[in-house]
Amino acid sequence: MVDPRISSINESLKEIRNIITVVSGKGGVGKSLVASTLALTLAKKNYKVGLFDLDFTSPSTHIILNIQGLQPKEEKGIVPPKVHDVSYMSIIFYSGQYSLPLRAADASNALIELLSITRWEQQDVLILDMPPGISDATLDIIRFVKRIQFFIVTTPSQLAYATVEKLLDLLSELRMPIIGILENMKRTSLPSIEAQVEQKAIRFLGDLPFDEKIEEAIGNTEVLLDTAFARKLEEIVSKTPLF
Amino acid sequence: MHEWALAEAVLSSATEIAEKEGLSEVTEVKITVGELQQIEVDILEFALSQLKTAKFGKTKFKIETKKAELKCRVCDHRWFFGEQKIDRETAEAIHFVPEIAYICTRCPECGSPDFEIMQGRGVWLERVKGVK
Repeated sequence: MVDPRISSINESLKEIRNIITVVSGKGGVGKSLVASTLALTLAKKNYKVGLFDLDFTSPSTHIILNIQGLQPKEEKGIVPPKVHDVSYMSIIFYSGQYSLPLRAADASNALIELLSITRWEQQDVLILDMPPGISDATLDIIRFVKRIQFFIVTTPSQLAYATVEKLLDLLSELRMPIIGILENMKRTSLPSIEAQVEQKAIRFLGDLPFDEKIEEAIGNTEVLLDTAFARKLEEIVSKTPLF
Repeated sequence: MHEWALAEAVLSSATEIAEKEGLSEVTEVKITVGELQQIEVDILEFALSQLKTAKFGKTKFKIETKKAELKCRVCDHRWFFGEQKIDRETAEAIHFVPEIAYICTRCPECGSPDFEIMQGRGVWLERVKGVK
């Protein structure tokens, strides 16, 4: 038996010029906030941007972007709605406010389903917000999606960076293109992980400050783009060759 | 309808298989459709007829539906998804992403949400027959 969805994944993504996968070895480092703000920042620069939340059991980008009252359009598949100039897709359109307990194999099945039936319009870049770690979702993306680049997020904590190193080793072994590593929640009291990143011959993209006001910006994209966090991310984006 | 995306996926996979096996013409494509996803077989058939390429000009698309059977991982109880009542909105969500069933389905014996979908989940391409 053959799963016919597999061969249609890259067909469904054919209108997308670049795919940036926002990943980390650890949860809680700010991947979703970075992925959402990156999408908004690139959209503000007039790029055509898509954002796909692939964290099915704990999605959160819809809260950051305040997605309400929207549904994908059914058109020989499903077409993501556009919000804040970003084409947006999440399992939240189907799971709503309910908890969705998924074992890895089921999460993988849902991921393949949504990747194969979502019809992305022409995009300069699609940003994938990934669940943490190097389990099924990351392996599925590596297996099924061609032309991906990895944008890695860590914090100054050695706990986070230790898991990121494992992710890096895996991606390097598989020769996956890595844009670089971003250090989020930087505090002056902690040494930067920049030197450790450079030892790995990976580009250190820069650091984003630990922003006390970020919580107030959740759900309000205008406020979010005006935070020190977003302004610094925009500065990093302007000097980084993303695509 | 999402049946069109599935039909496209079936044809794309069947084309890959036909090319790999050197088939100049495909005579039969057997597809299994799981009950969980509540695919409209008529729409799937129509979509296949509209999307098919010359290689599938004389192809008979055989579509078989399979009941969705679930097995509880906690108490081993087996049951069929079709035995439970679900509202229209949830049924529609399951249609697009069958795993949404984990939101509303619990083992009828022990109440656990930890079950396995044994069969009848999605669309499978069973076989492709043709002439070389």
